[in-house]
Amino acid sequence: MTVNKNYIHSFCTIQKNTVFLNGEVVFTTEENSFADFSKKVYKHFEINYPKFFKMDNLSKLAFLGAELLLTAADENSAENNTALVFANKSSSLDTDVKYQSSISDSEDYYPSPAVFVYTLPNICLGEISIKHQLKSENSFFIFADYEPEFMENYCNILLENQKADRVLCGWVEYYNEEYKAFLCLVDKKGETEHNHEQLKKLYNK
Amino acid sequence: MEALKQELKSKIIEVLNLEDITVADINDEDALFGDGLGLDSIDALELIVMLDKDYGIKLVDPKEGKTIFKSIEVMADYIAKNRVK
Repeated sequence: MTVNKNYIHSFCTIQKNTVFLNGEVVFTTEENSFADFSKKVYKHFEINYPKFFKMDNLSKLAFLGAELLLTAADENSAENNTALVFANKSSSLDTDVKYQSSISDSEDYYPSPAVFVYTLPNICLGEISIKHQLKSENSFFIFADYEPEFMENYCNILLENQKADRVLCGWVEYYNEEYKAFLCLVDKKGETEHNHEQLKKLYNK
Repeated sequence: MEALKQELKSKIIEVLNLEDITVADINDEDALFGDGLGLDSIDALELIVMLDKDYGIKLVDPKEGKTIFKSIEVMADYIAKNRVK
């Protein structure tokens, strides 16, 4: 199959209390917890979506990254056929552990429905889809490490087969207060070519 | 009854993670679902768990929640009549 060139329209990284957009620091703070950090990011970017506060940490991380990239892109585009392709290492383990601890005592057995609904990693894709009205392809993969070659291939297949007009893809890892999100918005226009060398470079930046 | 209503408002804000909403923002007669506080179906399940955990009330039929969770006023009245702790 001949693959036309695709491009990284924009990208963001969220880690260690800092938000980078297209390689530039757009927000940084000193907080002791992801809960406090994510709340400050939410306020800083004037996001108005109360359901954010009901999400688990993985979904909050994915949501914030998507919000930075899709909100700006949505303003300039009528297209909404945006596929989501995410991956991470720990799946939803952080929330799984919290849920397990809430049901481990038979004398104090009150399983929380609101925690239970986040015991799957791909729920974060649903949260983003609801917010941005996406009815598109979405997939969540579990890998030991970020795999730029896989991401490049999967995005190219979606775009070349016209399954999507653009793809929001990347890595969203959260476990026990350690986190990193690296998301790219890929489409057919732009200056930075979408390939695994470039993805690897940006991920490690 | 007034103390129970205030307690319920605090618990709902805490349990349902209602950011930027205070006890003073919730009127006794406000609808909790729909146009009121905008709670959803998962919130309803959380309230059912809260009734069990904090007041010893077990709802056999979750559909009962639709009536019981109409407002703080209705909820407090139901709890006052049915609580076992």
